[in-house]
Amino acid sequence: MKSWSRHPAGSSEMDRRPPGAVNRDSPAGSPFLPGLRALSVTTVLAFCASLSLVFFYVPIEAEEGFVQKIFYLHVPLAIVSLGGFVLGGLLAIAHLRTRDARWDLRSYVAIHMSLIFGAAVLITGSIWARASWGHWWVWDEPTLVSFLIVFLLYATYQPLRFAIEDPERQARYASVFAVTAGAFVPLNFIAVRLSASYVHPRVLGAASNLPGSMAFTFLVSLVAMALLYATLCSYELAAKRTRILLKARSRILGFQ
Amino acid sequence: MILAAQTLPESSHSGYVAAAYIVFFVLVLVYVAIMAFRLTRVERSVREQGGEAAAGDDAPGERGDAAARGREQERDEREREVV
Repeated sequence: MKSWSRHPAGSSEMDRRPPGAVNRDSPAGSPFLPGLRALSVTTVLAFCASLSLVFFYVPIEAEEGFVQKIFYLHVPLAIVSLGGFVLGGLLAIAHLRTRDARWDLRSYVAIHMSLIFGAAVLITGSIWARASWGHWWVWDEPTLVSFLIVFLLYATYQPLRFAIEDPERQARYASVFAVTAGAFVPLNFIAVRLSASYVHPRVLGAASNLPGSMAFTFLVSLVAMALLYATLCSYELAAKRTRILLKARSRILGFQ
Repeated sequence: MILAAQTLPESSHSGYVAAAYIVFFVLVLVYVAIMAFRLTRVERSVREQGGEAAAGDDAPGERGDAAARGREQERDEREREVV
């Protein structure tokens, strides 16, 4: 957490170490995130548990049949993806308040990862729609269309960000975008909930009627997905910090 | 066996379920592969830097001067940051 400095040149404690030095405090040998290995192992275990429950524990749903098993993948993906967009907005608020570039990096990674998860939501949702409704996409279904709108909105985040050359302005504009779009996500969710159509199955809230085994499996799947999100974000952050540190060291050594 | 009979498919829709899970795992796999590729590049850069640094220590010259200039530049930036 120390290496991402206010300036790309680097001014943190880690940057003052000799080039090639490794943080020996870290049990995993990682110079940035000592808990990364533990997090990765926990994620794999959680996914194994989730898949075992989905395919060997939870019974086949009476109405939809085996296709309903997509629910344990698609819905946690959607929840984690939308949660990640909101998280990106919250981290952007922290950046705007403190002007600390670390928060901007975290916000960027959270949104980047949510976009990848969002793509998976759209693909798995289309497969489920095809199996259940006979169509790959249904335009008059608010949940689907609203998610697509959110996804397309965030798809403009990276082009907007990298269209600005000045790093300070880039970070500031990206944070403003992340805050505005992050506020749009829950509003959009509430608007869809209030809309009249109930074609899309409701999972959470008063209308939910999941039996105990299904609810338990769903919760395990949700935790596994959240862990996967956290793990991938951690790896992405570590990779970005390493590259920044490497560039700073190259400059110090006079390679560039 | 009884458990599997109650939880595994009899219908023809199992292909869709398999497709959804495969798509998801392929996406994750592609992402991990990209990360591995990036890591390989970073490792190569670190190795190159280590080699160059060792060579610079053995024979201080133009490279050593550039390194000194780089350090000075960074020190200036730090001072500016404090100001």
